[in-house]
Amino acid sequence: MKQDIFQAIADPTRRAILTLLTIQALTPNVMAEKFDMTRQAVSKHIKVLHECELIKPEQSGREIYYHFNAKKMQEFDHWLAQFRQNWETQFNQLDELLSTIKKQKK
Amino acid sequence: MNNDLLFDFNVDKAAKTVYITREFNAGRALVWDAFTRAELLDQWVAPAPMRAKTKYMNFEVGGRRFYAMISPDGHERWAVQEFTSITPKTNFKMYNAFSDKDENRELPGSDWDYNFSEQNGITKVDITIFNESFERLEKILEGFKIGFTMSLTNLENLLSTLSEKQ
Repeated sequence: MKQDIFQAIADPTRRAILTLLTIQALTPNVMAEKFDMTRQAVSKHIKVLHECELIKPEQSGREIYYHFNAKKMQEFDHWLAQFRQNWETQFNQLDELLSTIKKQKK
Repeated sequence: MNNDLLFDFNVDKAAKTVYITREFNAGRALVWDAFTRAELLDQWVAPAPMRAKTKYMNFEVGGRRFYAMISPDGHERWAVQEFTSITPKTNFKMYNAFSDKDENRELPGSDWDYNFSEQNGITKVDITIFNESFERLEKILEGFKIGFTMSLTNLENLLSTLSEKQ
């Protein structure tokens, strides 16, 4: 199942990982050290972030470095902007309805 | 007219919560009615070219509104709102979930909290939407988008038919 981006961001550890990755790409081992977690715990978080495409792996020699995928975050913000636009349309319709009702009452 | 009226839209991604604030140039009693009476809701709540149709609405605690958003090609997206708390003209809360046309709900849904306040004839409405998942929120938007895409496709077809005739 595709991971839910909201669920991914809702977790404080995953937010901290993302913040760190905006500064530099890291290997799972370094992440585990920085967060004082087991390698398994880190792998779980990486899996969730990777599945919703918030991070991208890149092979460098024998190591895998994870990068922050800013494009995915932008897509998410873009999507939210559309959601906002829908509300604006609805509320403008309500403005018209309210002014019609007020005129009728006069 | 709308330009002086406040419109705020904030998303707390971490808390999975959307906050919306909007002012309306009308008294609180009227705005309250526009949000809580089916015959008024159906006139504004679907962004054009979508339209809304309420099958029934019992606005009381434990009561439900069963309604559909209908796209220009007649595609119906049903949903159920269950009212969990009502303080007349001040606040109401509901639990909103998509459903099939027989009112079988698809859980989880989302929690909605509406607050109404009036100052100098302007009514401010604060809406808080808590979603268990982002996908749920995504579905709401998909519903809207289907309507727009459909009507654009219809327009394209119409235009091509017309140009063929020439």
